[in-house]
Amino acid sequence: MSQTPRTLVGGAPSATYVLRFDGRELTAQAGQSIAAVLWGAGILAWRTTRERGAPRGAFCGIGSCYDCLVTVNGRPNQRACLVPARPGDTVTTQEGTGHAELGV
Amino acid sequence: MPSSASDPATPGPAPDLAVVGAGPAGLAAAVNAAGLGLRVVLLDAGERPGGQYYRHPAPGLGADRPEALHHGWSAFAEREAALRAHRAAGRITYLPAHHVWTVVPDGPAWTLHAVAGPDEAAATLHARAVLLATGSYERQLPFPGWTLPGVVGAGGAQAMLKSGLVLPGRRVVVAGSGPLLLAVAGSLAAAGARVPAVVEAAAYGGYAGHVPALLRNPGKLAEAATYGSALLHRHIRLLTRHAVTEAHGADRVEAVTVARLDRDWRPVPGTARRIPCDALAVGHGLVPQLELATGLGCATRRSADGTAALALDAGQRTSVPGIWSAGETGGIGGAQLALLEGEIAAHAIAGRPVPAALARRRARLRAFADAMGAAHRPGTGWTEWLRDDTDACRCEEVPAGRIREAVADLGARDARTVKLLTRAGMGWCQGRMCGPAVAALAGEDPAPDRRPLSCPVPLRHLAELPPADG
Repeated sequence: MSQTPRTLVGGAPSATYVLRFDGRELTAQAGQSIAAVLWGAGILAWRTTRERGAPRGAFCGIGSCYDCLVTVNGRPNQRACLVPARPGDTVTTQEGTGHAELGV
Repeated sequence: MPSSASDPATPGPAPDLAVVGAGPAGLAAAVNAAGLGLRVVLLDAGERPGGQYYRHPAPGLGADRPEALHHGWSAFAEREAALRAHRAAGRITYLPAHHVWTVVPDGPAWTLHAVAGPDEAAATLHARAVLLATGSYERQLPFPGWTLPGVVGAGGAQAMLKSGLVLPGRRVVVAGSGPLLLAVAGSLAAAGARVPAVVEAAAYGGYAGHVPALLRNPGKLAEAATYGSALLHRHIRLLTRHAVTEAHGADRVEAVTVARLDRDWRPVPGTARRIPCDALAVGHGLVPQLELATGLGCATRRSADGTAALALDAGQRTSVPGIWSAGETGGIGGAQLALLEGEIAAHAIAGRPVPAALARRRARLRAFADAMGAAHRPGTGWTEWLRDDTDACRCEEVPAGRIREAVADLGARDARTVKLLTRAGMGWCQGRMCGPAVAALAGEDPAPDRRPLSCPVPLRHLAELPPADG
């Protein structure tokens, strides 16, 4: 079956653009969150936990669980499910607290 | 009205009513209150009205048929059009992307503090009455492997699909408990996912004890039949009295173990089998989001589904004069009930009598919600699918064994003491994900949400607050 979310709701995005995730180019559709762009590319994990370095991604999808924290344009701890993707964004996997470079 | 430069609220006298939340309850309350002549400010954490239920793609995504992912879209479309008309006429000030983090008394009125927009600006406004329509979030019960990527909330998968038009995988098992699962499975399948099974922990026989409430709600029964026939049509198996007791995989989900449950939700030995999948959408009902209300001292009650909800009177008043509430905060009951309660609250706040027909419909829908909540209330045996090394708290990575140790060896008798001893519930989500599990392991019913801040607040906002009057 070739049904997709797009064929279900019809139409087309007003724009598509590129953002970078860990050096990889991903296509974003106008209006998608960072998490939606990553899911769209089949990427489900984009941070590691503080204690055990375990991979995590979006879980609750509505901004409650904070599991989807990610670094966007150098700013850590952004909730990927809430932050709209913007043209030219640089998204990087967030390791631990996201503040490793501060040495704290 | 003192407010930040980024706050578009117009200066002038305090509005009659501030509505927090633009989901079905808040939206209905705001447009009805404006229709009854009140000046209303509608604040919402989201970018667009609709809340989680009527979550829909941003205009840029260009979806021609957003209603294809919804049930009862016309009820939303009508209110959304009314919101636009009231805004144009200056009767409603709509503030999207405003996350209200506290409400405090201010003489005869109220002060609301919010974090606004992507740059997290401080916004402050005043109102003579407040209606809290803060909705709910998903109840999660942990199991081994639930932190693997690809395990997502059932409501989470639905939310990501409705707003971003994406799926977590191609072959998605839907599991947990509650009527939401049927809707989620239906929309994931309609959007192109294969759903090998819907795994429901409750037995639908649980409804049998509530026949009068069912018969008085033919609309709800028809809705259930619609979901049921959609599953049949798409060849989705519905396994009742079963649960996913483990998710397997290295870096992401590759399969789940499904086991039969006894009456208390204890896995029956020898019944486990594996279902291959690349995602699992899981949730065990919804939890009312109460922190703004409990922060104000509003009284709560225990709902049939085991969650704490606000105690409300026939006019949707909380126990704190001047604070109203509607929708899921008063007990999980669905969008139709939320729309109705928003309308009832608007009448009461405007000082009008509540129309008898509305009161009757509310009583009927509440009775149905109670029957449903009781049928899907988690059985006590679910904790047996937790191993000692299963993380109960996702944020602080606290395994169930440490919580059991705090209870058995260190004398913790409630979730608060467990939290102090283990850090469970102390992380980013403030116990929203692990709260019900930690409470169950501590041997108590979950306590009402109590968080001094309902979202992260930049320290500069706190530093800039004027001193309190005592």
